[in-house]
Amino acid sequence: MVVRESFESSLKELEEKIVEMERQTIVMLEKAFSSLKTQDIEGALRVLEEDDEVDDLEEEINRLALWLMVKEQPVARDLRMIIGAIKISSEVERIADFAVNIAKATLQIGKSDSKANTAKLEEILGICLSMLQKSLKAFFEGEMSLAKEVGDMDDKVDELSDLVYRELTSYLSEHPEETNHVVQLLFVNRHLERVGDHITNIAESAAYLIKGRIYDLNP
Amino acid sequence: MNTTTLERNRTEKKSVTSKSSSQSDTQTKISVNNLNLFYGEKQALYEVSIDINEKEVTALIGPSGCGKSTFLRTLNRMNDLIDGVRINGQIKIDQEDIYQSNDVIKLRTKVGMVFQKPNLFPMSIYDNVAYGPRMQGIKNKGELNKIVEESLRGAAIWDEVKDRLKTSALGLSGGQQQRVCIARAIAMKPDVILMDEPTSALDPISTLKVEELIAQMKNEYTIVIVTHNMQQAARVSDKTAFFLNGEIIEFDETSKIFSMPSDQRTEDYVTGRFG
Repeated sequence: MVVRESFESSLKELEEKIVEMERQTIVMLEKAFSSLKTQDIEGALRVLEEDDEVDDLEEEINRLALWLMVKEQPVARDLRMIIGAIKISSEVERIADFAVNIAKATLQIGKSDSKANTAKLEEILGICLSMLQKSLKAFFEGEMSLAKEVGDMDDKVDELSDLVYRELTSYLSEHPEETNHVVQLLFVNRHLERVGDHITNIAESAAYLIKGRIYDLNP
Repeated sequence: MNTTTLERNRTEKKSVTSKSSSQSDTQTKISVNNLNLFYGEKQALYEVSIDINEKEVTALIGPSGCGKSTFLRTLNRMNDLIDGVRINGQIKIDQEDIYQSNDVIKLRTKVGMVFQKPNLFPMSIYDNVAYGPRMQGIKNKGELNKIVEESLRGAAIWDEVKDRLKTSALGLSGGQQQRVCIARAIAMKPDVILMDEPTSALDPISTLKVEELIAQMKNEYTIVIVTHNMQQAARVSDKTAFFLNGEIIEFDETSKIFSMPSDQRTEDYVTGRFG
């Protein structure tokens, strides 16, 4: 007989909600960036609307987690898992907000003929999406090596972000007429760098779940 | 007839977790080494070794039949009363081997006990608390009054019963009766108080009162408590020992046992996966 079957199924439900939140957030980031590249105003507006669903999921996760703490009085790994769920949902919600910010940058740019290069920004986005998947896999499957990998990948994000900053500011000095467009790209660069930091926080929650102590993966 | 026999076991201490993880500055009050206990042919405790610190609360947890109450009762030789019990190993309280001495009365004065159900005598509250001191030969009324008041205060029940000390103790609520039982134990001025599921027969509010009392009492006493209520162990104890099938599986700071236990079996038990 499985002891605490309903608790197990509630923990599973919590996991599914986080995975759903992650899936939606990845879609939002991808859409936000492709809207930026193609100057697709409609696409950017859809990202803004989708943020509500992520916010709702965060609320559902918090409500379920709190109720499980009251009802089941979890300890040890169960407690760390539930605390982790609360923290991770908050991080994912912030990441979705950055997708919204990128979409808003698209709206600010509107139509532009700028030739500013977005290839490195896209590369940063790709690393971030991979980090997000790895951090949650680390959390749900207890893989410490993945959590550490996410910390290393964030260093790469920071490095690329610095490079993009230098390139864009240099481009801006040569093309002052594109100030609006380039400044928005600088914002996007900053948003993606922050996305990397929030994902690293998720990896730290995973490390806490696995090892029971606090790790700083973003020193 | 008491058939308890004692076999000395002088083997070296095994490197069990229960001996290695205690790193606080507090002094060891009770030191148990390689304790084995048999009920006839059946072995109930296996090589139990544990150091219990002075003026701390130590909780014993584990599933039914794991040996935690049996172990608790070895600490004031209550198992001597059961026919066919055989013990080997060593239990020292204040460096003194309690199974080497024949003065069990003295031991039980020093190591008081509170049971699962309140077991007051059918007499007044006052007489219940004064019972032990009178048995020790204290006759002076003033001295007895002082002991009764101090003991009832120590058990956080004085204000509730001070105006009815001469009425039957059995008229009190379950929670009040249990605190009078604690007062009765305190009246003997023990160093150690053993508690065997002291709140399992109490309502939630009485349970919380007894738990508060335990928290206050640890300033003066060394307390060892058996509990089935894991939240209670988490709330009241400094250290927790997890028993399984007569062995101590893990003994550590309570916060560690309930947040990051070292042994998977402890994890499975405290998270309710078995037991």
